[in-house]
Amino acid sequence: MTLIIKGGRVIDPASGIDKAQDIYIDGDRIVRPPKNNKKPAGAEVIDAKGLIVAPGLVDMHCHLREPGFEYKEDITSGTRAAAAGGFTTICCMPNTSPVNDSRSVTEFIIAQAKKAGFCKALPIGAITKGSMGAELAEMGEMAEAGCIGFSDDGKPVANAEIMRHALEYAKTFGRTIISHCEEPSLSAGGVMNEGAVSTRLGLRGIPSAAEEVMVARDISLARLTGARLHIAHVSTAGSVELIRRAKAEGINVTAETCPHYFTLTDEGVMSYNTYLKVNPPLRTEADRKAIIRGLSDDTLDVIATDHAPHAASEKDVEFDLAPFGISGLETALALAMALAHSGLIPMVELLKKLTVNPALALGMAPPSLAPGSPADIVLIDPEMEKTVRPEMLLSKGKNTAFSGLVLKGWPIMTIREGKKIESKP
Amino acid sequence: MALKKKDLLGIDYLERAEIEEIISTAESFKEVSTRDIKKVPALRGRTIVNLFFEPSTRTRTSFELAAKRLSADIINISSSTSSVVKGETLLDTARNIEAMNSDMIIVRHSMSGAPMILAKALKSSVINAGDGAHEHPSQALLDLFTMKERLGKVEGLNIAIIGDIAHSRVARSNILCLNKMGANVRICGPATLIPAEIGKMGAKVYSRPEDAIDGADVIMMLRIQMERQKSGLFPGVREYSRFFGLSAERVRLAKKGVLIMHPGPINRGVEISPEVADGPYSVILDQVTNGVAVRMAIIYLLTEGRGAA
Repeated sequence: MTLIIKGGRVIDPASGIDKAQDIYIDGDRIVRPPKNNKKPAGAEVIDAKGLIVAPGLVDMHCHLREPGFEYKEDITSGTRAAAAGGFTTICCMPNTSPVNDSRSVTEFIIAQAKKAGFCKALPIGAITKGSMGAELAEMGEMAEAGCIGFSDDGKPVANAEIMRHALEYAKTFGRTIISHCEEPSLSAGGVMNEGAVSTRLGLRGIPSAAEEVMVARDISLARLTGARLHIAHVSTAGSVELIRRAKAEGINVTAETCPHYFTLTDEGVMSYNTYLKVNPPLRTEADRKAIIRGLSDDTLDVIATDHAPHAASEKDVEFDLAPFGISGLETALALAMALAHSGLIPMVELLKKLTVNPALALGMAPPSLAPGSPADIVLIDPEMEKTVRPEMLLSKGKNTAFSGLVLKGWPIMTIREGKKIESKP
Repeated sequence: MALKKKDLLGIDYLERAEIEEIISTAESFKEVSTRDIKKVPALRGRTIVNLFFEPSTRTRTSFELAAKRLSADIINISSSTSSVVKGETLLDTARNIEAMNSDMIIVRHSMSGAPMILAKALKSSVINAGDGAHEHPSQALLDLFTMKERLGKVEGLNIAIIGDIAHSRVARSNILCLNKMGANVRICGPATLIPAEIGKMGAKVYSRPEDAIDGADVIMMLRIQMERQKSGLFPGVREYSRFFGLSAERVRLAKKGVLIMHPGPINRGVEISPEVADGPYSVILDQVTNGVAVRMAIIYLLTEGRGAA
């Protein structure tokens, strides 16, 4: 026995357990409690009184920027930020430079993350070579090298036939296609949600239809191919409804949303705040409410961060010129906790969307606190209140959209493979 | 008499009383431009920079004359001669200018919101001389000045704005300004050129110009840009002109003594027929004349407000 987490509220979404319990760890595994409940000699005891003990969080959608954009983030800083945010496994999107469309980039990412030692990084490989949308990338070899799914995230696969073939081909290797749904001809030049606010600000809008047209297309293709489809960063009420109907029909589709879509609306952009510029864009209050309903009825399976770090110099420019993206790994849990605190989603269900569901969407073994499971654990103080400040972020990307917001419920310790992760540099 | 703010960024950020103050100050400045010696010493020693990132003759010249008639020193920087082409950011350019102790920067930019970035970062006053499709407050104020001069008041009047509303900062500033002054604003154009949920800004949308013009006190025509045709927003000039152009017949549907306005530059024979543009109801050149007086008022009141003049 090496580590004992004592007196916490154990929430294990895989088994539905939510009760006061001690967790025993031996080496890198969770083990059964000793028969006599006596403290084994030499084991460190962590007092978890008042804390939630949950499986380490899984983020199936983030951007680590390495290789190529190390000034925005690198694998070390990004995985460190992830660990600080309570994550033990993260999946990084392939829009690096070069694009992760090959075995060599995949292996590089995995090796860098292992060397950094903060958090496991599972790469998402590109669907098409260079994410150019024209020819399929070598998904088989990338899967073999460790890619857990495929996406041209940041760019949609505009050609429907290529998307069809991508779904079929990925299915061959048991992998999920993650679709960034955005019809490019409808969103071209757009920088925020199309609506009353974009009209008032004179900014080019991205209509909800730009997302929904492609959600509808990809659902049809999932029906056609029987392949596993995951819809990334759902932002509109219409998309939620399309996915709800697809699920009722039994189509093999899962979907995620991100904390900013259930927390913020396009009203926040009124001051031309580029830190709220994100793609898909922040929508209306009606969309925000529909996203929360989608989360609570499980239409939306997953809460992902879409952590998209950028340098301050890139964001401090004209709204049209600023890059899309919000730094999100370190605030995701606290923002999600608000849904539990307000009673909109039960705590167990909420944590499921941050642990079990993303794993299942990618065909991985669901994380669990059952004996025999890897000891990947997060300790959460549900009552801790903290104000979000850009400078407190460990990510190189200080581009939080939540600066000044007081949030309740923060991760305070992350344990991976039985070891406490010290993320503070 | 002063505006209690550092910057003039848009009509959206002005109170009705502030708008009225600018108009009444402009009334007293208008006389200056009719003198033999068109100058008052109010802003002697002040340094003003015209920072134009987008080509403009009318607005830039109008601000320049306004500053000179107030005895301020004004220099012009346009994007073609600036360091912007060398990859310098907007903020860096502006900070460099301010380092030479400018008191006021008048900025025109093709991107909405650009003046807000400057206003936040600089100690100098910032005047928005048009940003993207967002606002062009001095234009709306000179339009208001012209309407009040000709019609006495705008409260309760029907004002039709016709053309490419979607890409027009003039339309947005006018809708906001005329609403604050109690007028009824009607807008009209093909649905491809009407922005989403424009009704929430206080404008009633019409598809047919005949309906928008019916009983109107003022008709404001907007310039149609030929490149919109290429992006598929309307089929062509011929059809546009036939369905949305301002002809003499359509003018007859308006109230007697209607004012015909246009922020310029006009496309003769496209959005407005030459006989209407040059006709008895046209106040298009009065708008230009009044522009100088209104801009003098804006520059003066912002400077006064900072206790600097």
